[in-house]
Amino acid sequence: MTAIRLCVRRAPLAEGEGPGTAVTVRLPSDVDCIEEAVALLTYHCTAGDPGRGRLRFRLQIVLAEAIANAILRGNREDSGKSVDVRAVLLTGEVRLHVTDQGAGFDPLQVPDTLAPGHLEEPNGRGLFLMRHLADGIVFNPEGNSVCITLRRR
Amino acid sequence: MGFTQTTNNGIVLVRAEGQLIVGNRQELKNLVTERLEAGERRFVIDFSRTGYIDSSGLGALVTISKQVREQGGEMRLAGLNDDLRTLFELTKLDTLFAISNSAEQALSAF
Repeated sequence: MTAIRLCVRRAPLAEGEGPGTAVTVRLPSDVDCIEEAVALLTYHCTAGDPGRGRLRFRLQIVLAEAIANAILRGNREDSGKSVDVRAVLLTGEVRLHVTDQGAGFDPLQVPDTLAPGHLEEPNGRGLFLMRHLADGIVFNPEGNSVCITLRRR
Repeated sequence: MGFTQTTNNGIVLVRAEGQLIVGNRQELKNLVTERLEAGERRFVIDFSRTGYIDSSGLGALVTISKQVREQGGEMRLAGLNDDLRTLFELTKLDTLFAISNSAEQALSAF
């Protein structure tokens, strides 16, 4: 476990974004920080949500995947680069924005992990899980930032 | 979070003490490789204390399972909660692994 302590900032949404709260975390490109970041963000995103049990698991998985992608594939573990996570907490949903400082990638080029013969492939399930557990997932044109929507249900 | 291991009647029981994720998957792979090299062939991995497993963790289990089979061994997973079972079903990995409800059941299934 890393000795780095992550700092969470919590603030009302900006004018024009509607009523809600934004929670932001910046973390270094170190995979040992992922578990702590996921725990902190999940705590803030589910606090006070009566249906948080199922939301918690979906949040944990999509956050872990998106942050790992940002560190490994985006920033390529460059210690000079960081990953920013902004969680927008609204009444009916949570929107997660995960942004790295890498060159981006084309999500359409990721192979289908459920295709015949791919079951024993060790890699390639991250994007698949994010797409199946989230209610919406949109990459920016550069491919270095993803917005993931999870409805509270 | 790490892993603890005990041996019961020639079966290696590995207990995940938390999440199985990109940061600790190598530790699990090393542990199983060492026990394979020591001649062990039967493994149970218990996830009853695990909240979530990421895609790297799933990938590590796929690799370990293949490694164990190639050595003529057998591996069973145990203690998956409902969310974790959903994860295995979504990825169709429930068709690849032998899954028991508890470590005790997995140990007695060999």
